Amino acid sequence: MVTVRRSALAQPCDGKLFPEPGEVLSYGSDLRQRRDLRSPRPLGELRSCARGIQRRRGFLSALSGQRCSMTQSVIVQVGQCGNQIGCCFWDLALREHAAVNQAVLIDMEEGVVNEILQGPLRDVFDSKQLITDISGSGNNWAVGHKVFGSRYQEEILEKLRKSAEHCDCLQCFFVIHSMGGGTGSGLGTYLLKVLEDEFPEVYRFVTSVYPSGEDDVITSPYNSILAMKELNEHADCVLPIDNQSLFDIISKIDLVVNSGKLGTTIKPKSLVTSSAGTFKKWQEKPFDAMNNIVANLLLSLTSSARFEGSLNMDLNEISMNLVPFPQLHYLVSSLTPLYTLADVNVPPRRLDQMFSDAFSKDHQLIRADPKHSLYLACALMVRGNVQISDLRRNIERLKPSLQFVSWNQEGWKTSLCSVPPVGHSHSLLALANNTCVKPTFVELRERFLRLYKKKAHLHHYLQIEGMEESCFTEAESSLSALIREYNQLDATKSMPVEDLPRLSVAV
Amino acid sequence: MRIMRGLSLRHLNKTETAGPGAVIPIARAVLVDMEPKVINQTLSKAAQSGRWKYGQHSSFCQKQGSGNNWAYGYSVHGPRHEESIRNLIQKEVEKCDSLSGFFIIMSMAGGTGSGLGAFVTQNLQDQYSNSLKMNQIIWPYGTGEVIVQNYNSILTLSHLYRSSDALLVHENDAVHKICAKLMNIKQISFSDINQVLAHQLGSVFQPTYSAEGSFHYRRNPLGIDWQIRPPLPGLPSLSKMSLNKELHFNTSIANLLILRGKDVHSADLEGFKDPALYTSWLEPVNAFNVWRTQRAFSKYEKSAALVSNSQFLVKPLDMIVGKAWNMFASKAYVHQYTKFGIEEEDFLDSFALLEQVVASYCTL
Repeated sequence: MVTVRRSALAQPCDGKLFPEPGEVLSYGSDLRQRRDLRSPRPLGELRSCARGIQRRRGFLSALSGQRCSMTQSVIVQVGQCGNQIGCCFWDLALREHAAVNQAVLIDMEEGVVNEILQGPLRDVFDSKQLITDISGSGNNWAVGHKVFGSRYQEEILEKLRKSAEHCDCLQCFFVIHSMGGGTGSGLGTYLLKVLEDEFPEVYRFVTSVYPSGEDDVITSPYNSILAMKELNEHADCVLPIDNQSLFDIISKIDLVVNSGKLGTTIKPKSLVTSSAGTFKKWQEKPFDAMNNIVANLLLSLTSSARFEGSLNMDLNEISMNLVPFPQLHYLVSSLTPLYTLADVNVPPRRLDQMFSDAFSKDHQLIRADPKHSLYLACALMVRGNVQISDLRRNIERLKPSLQFVSWNQEGWKTSLCSVPPVGHSHSLLALANNTCVKPTFVELRERFLRLYKKKAHLHHYLQIEGMEESCFTEAESSLSALIREYNQLDATKSMPVEDLPRLSVAV
Repeated sequence: MRIMRGLSLRHLNKTETAGPGAVIPIARAVLVDMEPKVINQTLSKAAQSGRWKYGQHSSFCQKQGSGNNWAYGYSVHGPRHEESIRNLIQKEVEKCDSLSGFFIIMSMAGGTGSGLGAFVTQNLQDQYSNSLKMNQIIWPYGTGEVIVQNYNSILTLSHLYRSSDALLVHENDAVHKICAKLMNIKQISFSDINQVLAHQLGSVFQPTYSAEGSFHYRRNPLGIDWQIRPPLPGLPSLSKMSLNKELHFNTSIANLLILRGKDVHSADLEGFKDPALYTSWLEPVNAFNVWRTQRAFSKYEKSAALVSNSQFLVKPLDMIVGKAWNMFASKAYVHQYTKFGIEEEDFLDSFALLEQVVASYCTL
């Protein structure tokens, strides 16, 4: 039974996803010298590079001339949302000539995965790395987590191990999923525990799409809060996203494009929508464009690990610098300039504007206002032709308007990667550990309580083996504890910063 | 006699003889990093110059860095790669006629340079206790390159204090200012900063003549007498006369002035010998040293370099300790360190040691 689930069930990425033949041939010819290539088709070569250490090394050294291989990450795409975003990610990644990473695709409903497999990216995914079921999770976290979790644990583990074996040096897992549904939410979070047990030293980055206010899945508050508990306990870093914010960003880009100001021209192969058509098509298929934003986020996150720069930042440094306490690992992200996402040919504005925009609430990928909340830490990952002095100048300029917690007044982590996104001169990804993420959690709890008070739809969950009411109450208290932490921090916001008395020593 | 290891330019003047044709000199250096990108860049950049290069097998790298985590660099990478790194160093040592010491270049803010650097220095202290160990430390920008840079810095400094003989400090902020104000560079890059640093190092470590024997190149690095200790409290201090006491703002334990180029022998150095500059327990005649060479440095007709052991670094040190202390009081990020075996006790030991250093310098 294939359920038609909310408007998210738009067609997956379609249209022209191949790089132009010319784009691939530049490194394709290097690959032709290598043995074991399947076919001379450009994407075929990339596909055969997706497997096997030897070929990947060749692929990498053809591109970057480096002797040692880079670290690898494994993408785990769970559920419909996860798989659609993941698909966009791979498209973009290929176009960035990125290191080909390993992927494991999971969906409990074969519809989405099948469409990906029939689409242009079919050769990128090793069909043996897919796990599907027929029926789907019916928007039920318990089905995803308890039923499919235990049923497929071994199979999933096996695929993960295989992916990991292909990696020289596995640094992290990216899990992409949504919170409101059943598979992504339930099975996705089940996987976190599996990953933690099986690969304890590998970081777990989770990109979670939180339900927006106008969510048509009635049980999404249940699913989300049950998933939150797992994220609290088993994720190293969570990047919360919500659809409404993504939609607003797309609308803004549209305004810029259609205003006719600045002599904008639209590039034929837009990074926002992968359709061969014009940018206008996004209005019919907004999720295409929105998923691409998240894909861009993941690419920027890994850019410093993939390309060289004067100040590198590996993924393990993100966790180290941005997570001061284990439970406060939710990072609000923003990507600027916006038109990077639209692939629109806008004449470069002042570099400094890019930095200012990163802190505005309109550019955040979740509904949040970091400028008026408290920063615990902030990371700026810059790509392109930007030097350390530009970075420092902008930090000095913006610092006075931002509030940092008393013990981290200079809580900035910075990185400079020389390679900009395709077709642009520079871009910036800002990651903030900021109390502005609290309203999302507060609202989530309120929506949960409204539903739970009436015990609405609860029986769907309780009838699953292993589920009890205590699961819900525990999830709620986990979330409440998290909210309390943020409240405590917010309370320190307006307090004057005092230096604590130092150790006194005998001279 | 001690010969500087590391990028000893004296060594580079002697090309290795092999067959006919010019052979490119090889730096007497070992490169260590826990991730490969930078080392690869460095090796190829050196080879590209055509004038020198690094040894083919003189680098050690892994695939994954230390994640800005001092504990990871020190407690995980250190023991894990101890033997490999030691072997690399030993190979270089064996090529020396007469080893006098090691020059370890590292930053304090990150995880590998700071943590693994401290570990390696400790190792060198155990293995080559009679040789000089001098560390060049890059002091990070005051405003964040790395959020946990203050933790990493205090852990580095406290550990180095126990195993290093001298710490030569370069502050990013100071060098940045040089680029901006003195060199008028508009868009300063790390490449510019590193150029200035290299220039300063060259101006110090290029060979010079010592005062004792004008025909021998000075080899004792920085002429520092490692036996110097401040007098015990209670003993009378040496009397000295000074006219400039009121202008006193920075007391030096010792200063070394290096003059290169024209007119080095006729330079007036009386200002450097003013007792007001120095402590009461060390006379200027002992505290001030000068090296000279008529050979010009770089393209400068005349140049001078000053290496100073003074209170100059008290303020930056105090600031770092203060910020780290504030952060430590709220226990922020501490779990990232305890995860890899650096406990709160270790932090407290570091704080105690550094507070003592600050206090000692303040009472000069």
